Amino acid sequence: MNQNAFGLIFTGEGNPYMRDLTLSRAVAAVPFGGRYRVVDFVLSDFVNSGIRNIGLITQRNYHSLMDHLGSGKEWDLNRKRDGLFMLPPFSTKDNTGVYRGDIDAFHSVMQYVRHSSQKYLILSGSHTIFNTRFNAILKQHEESGADITIMYNEDARFNPEEQNRDLRLLFAEDGITVRELEWNPRYPRSNYRSCEITIIDKSLFEDLVEESYSRGGIDFVRDILLTHVHDLKIMGWRYDGYVARIDSVNTYFSHSMELLNKAEAGDLYNPDHPIYTKVKDETSAKYGANADVHNVVMADGCYVDGTVEDSILFRGVTVERGAVVRNSVLMQGVTIRAGARLDHVILDKGVTVTAGRALTGYEGLPLVFRKNLTV
Amino acid sequence: MMKKRIVCMLLAGGQGSRLGVLTSSMAKPAVPFGGKFRIIDFPLSNCVNSEIDTVGVLTQYRPLALNSYLGTGQHWDLDRSYGGVFVLPPYMTEHDGRWYSGTANAIWQNRSFVDQYDPDYVLILSGDHIYKMNYTSMLRYHVEYEAAATIAVLKVPMEEAHRFGIMNTDEDGRIVSFEEKPKQPKSNNASMGIYIFNWKLLRAYMERDDADETSENDFGKNIIPAMLNAGEKMVAYPFEGYWKDVGTIQSLWEANMDMLGEDPILDLNDPSWRIYTRNPVLAPHYVGKNAKVRDSLVTEGCTVKGDVKHTVLFCGSAVDEDTKVRDSVVFPYAKIGKGCVVHKAIIGENAQIGDNVRLGEEPKEGEVIDNRLTGDIVLIGNDVTVPSGAVIPRGAVVTQETLCQFVNGGANA
Repeated sequence: MNQNAFGLIFTGEGNPYMRDLTLSRAVAAVPFGGRYRVVDFVLSDFVNSGIRNIGLITQRNYHSLMDHLGSGKEWDLNRKRDGLFMLPPFSTKDNTGVYRGDIDAFHSVMQYVRHSSQKYLILSGSHTIFNTRFNAILKQHEESGADITIMYNEDARFNPEEQNRDLRLLFAEDGITVRELEWNPRYPRSNYRSCEITIIDKSLFEDLVEESYSRGGIDFVRDILLTHVHDLKIMGWRYDGYVARIDSVNTYFSHSMELLNKAEAGDLYNPDHPIYTKVKDETSAKYGANADVHNVVMADGCYVDGTVEDSILFRGVTVERGAVVRNSVLMQGVTIRAGARLDHVILDKGVTVTAGRALTGYEGLPLVFRKNLTV
Repeated sequence: MMKKRIVCMLLAGGQGSRLGVLTSSMAKPAVPFGGKFRIIDFPLSNCVNSEIDTVGVLTQYRPLALNSYLGTGQHWDLDRSYGGVFVLPPYMTEHDGRWYSGTANAIWQNRSFVDQYDPDYVLILSGDHIYKMNYTSMLRYHVEYEAAATIAVLKVPMEEAHRFGIMNTDEDGRIVSFEEKPKQPKSNNASMGIYIFNWKLLRAYMERDDADETSENDFGKNIIPAMLNAGEKMVAYPFEGYWKDVGTIQSLWEANMDMLGEDPILDLNDPSWRIYTRNPVLAPHYVGKNAKVRDSLVTEGCTVKGDVKHTVLFCGSAVDEDTKVRDSVVFPYAKIGKGCVVHKAIIGENAQIGDNVRLGEEPKEGEVIDNRLTGDIVLIGNDVTVPSGAVIPRGAVVTQETLCQFVNGGANA
C-alpha cells in the first residue's frame, strides 16, 4: 500500500477532435467500454494502488462528472480522512473562474496540495486509459532519486492531423533518464509517449508551479517540464500493458473496437485490478427469440431482438427485431427501431434511430450522433 | 430519539433444506436469483421503495454470509444514520440465551431492537419470496381499517389452496378464520407471510405466548390464532401481481424462467420499482464470434461462446465453444467447458463443468436417481467440479460426495 502518495487528476482539457462527444462533457466523462467513463480507469488505478487521497480538478461542463463521481462511494473514496476531493473552479481576486491552463488550475488548488499529508504527488491527465498499479513507478521514483518520473509506453500510432497533448520522451544512454522532451512534434523522433502520469515530490511541485505561475506560465508540460528538462532529473517508467489514448473520435472508435479483442485489450479486464464505476442497478441484458449477436460487449439493461455484430452496447440499449447493427458504439439508453441498419456509427446517450433508417460511416470516419438526437 | 412510524423485521431464518445443496453454506435468502440478485434483495428493495428505512434481519443459520452480504446496507440505500439494516442473530444475556424457537420468538427476543425506535407499527416479512410490493399502501390500508393486524393475501387457484395458509374473510375483508394448509379450503385467499401489526399489541401477545410452555412461538400457528380468538380486528390486504415462494428447487427454477419471454410474467426491468443488489465489480458481458444467444438473460462478467437458449446466466459465468445450454439457470462464476450439452439444470455458484459433459440425460436403464428434491431438474452443487466426459441424468443432485457415482460409469450407488 502506498500511503505516502496522493493523486491530482486534471480534467479541464478540451479537445476539438472529440467533436460532438465532448459537446456537453469533459473528455474524462466520455462513456467508454460499455459501462464506464474515461476517468473511471485512472481513478480505479489510484484506488487499486492503495491511494486514498485524490483531488479531481474540473472546469467547464463538469456537471456530468460530478453526477458520475458523487461522494466517491463506488470507488470506496468516501473516507473520513482523505478520500475524493472535487476541485471545481471558483472566482477569486486573481482568477475569473476559468483556467487558462493546468498551471493556473494547480495554482488555485494549492491549498489542497499543501494540506495533503503525503510526500509524493501523482499528477494525472484524464484522456489516457490503462489498468495498472502505481506501486512500481513509485518505487522507482523513490529509489532512483529522480525529481520527476513520467510513465510512458511505446506507441507507433501517429496522426499529425489530430495531435493533442502529445508528449514524447527521448532518453539518455542509460535508457531511463530523459534527455529531451517533444511536445506535439510535427516529426516525432521518439515513439515513447507519456501516459499522462507524472510523479513529483509535493514540495518541488509547489515551487515549480508557483514560480511558473508568477511568470505567466500556463501549461505544465510546456512551461515546466520542457523548461526544466535539463536542470531537473526527469526519468521515465516504461509500461508495457495496454494503453488507449482517447484524443479524437477516430481513436475513441478504434480503441472501442479493440475491446472486442481480449488478446489486445485484456489488461482492462484484469480481475485483480477491477475498474469501478457508478452503479445503475440495471437488470441483466435480455436477448429476445430473434437475437443474433456475435462478437459484442454488452452492458446490463439492454434488450436485443435484432442482429448485432462487432459492437459495444452500453447500459439500457434497445435493438428491436429486424434491426442490424455492425461495427458501432451505442451509448446508454440508445434505441434502434425495427429494421434500422447501422454500420460504423457512434451514437451518444439517448439517441433514437427510427424504423428503417440506414446510417453508414467508414472505418476512418465513423458517424457521430450527439446526445438525445432522434434520427 | 425520534420515533419511527414503522419498523420492518425480516425473517431470514431458515436453512431452506428443500433447496438441498444450494443452501449447504448459506441461508436461503442469500441464494442467487434472476441473474443479478439474491432472494433477500426483494424484501429489502421493497422496503426501500416503500420508504421503510429500518430493517432487522433475523437469522440463526450462517449469519456471517448474510452479514457480509448486507454490509452497511449501502447497496440498498440503507446506510442510514438513524435506522438502516441490521443482522440480528440470537445472543446470550446475563440470564440466558437460546436459539429462535419460532418466528414469533425471533421477534420477541429482539423486542428491544424494535423498542428503541418506538414504532407504531411493525412489518413482518419472510425472506424467501419473489415479488414487488408497496408496503406503504398496505400500511395505509391497515390504518384506514383501524386494524390490529393486516395480513397480505393473494388469490391462488382453488386446487392449489390446500398448500397455503388460507384466510377466510367476510365481505368487508375482515378475517374470520385462518386455516393452515386446509384439506377442504373454504376460500383461496392465501397468506403471503406479510404482516403489519400494531407494535404494542403484538408485544403483549408475544409476551403471553412466550410464557406459554406449549406454544411453538410461531406467527401462523400461535400468534394469529390467538389474536383471532380474542376478537382482534384483523383484515386481509388483497395483493395482485407476481408472487412466488422460491423455497423448492422446482419453484426456484420456475421463477427464474418466469423472467424470460417477450412479455414475461416477472419483469424486473422496472425503473419505478428497482430491485437493488450488491453489485459485483465486473466488466460488461462478452458474446463471442460464433455464439448464439436467444431468449435468455446475460449479465456482467459473463463470457458466452456457445449456444444458449431460454436460460439465465448469472454474473461471471461462462459458456465455452460448441456447448449447448437449454432451459437452465447458471449461478455466479459457474463455468461450462467446451462441447457440453446442458438441459434443464441449476448449476451452483462457482461450479466448474469440464468439456464434453452431458447434463440432464435420460437415465440409463435400471439407474435409480434420488430426485425427491429436484424432479426432472439436474442440480449441481456450489463449488463442485464435474470432470470432462461426465454424463449426469436428469433429476440428479451432484455434490463433491455424490460425484463418483456419475463419473466412474457406476449407476449402482
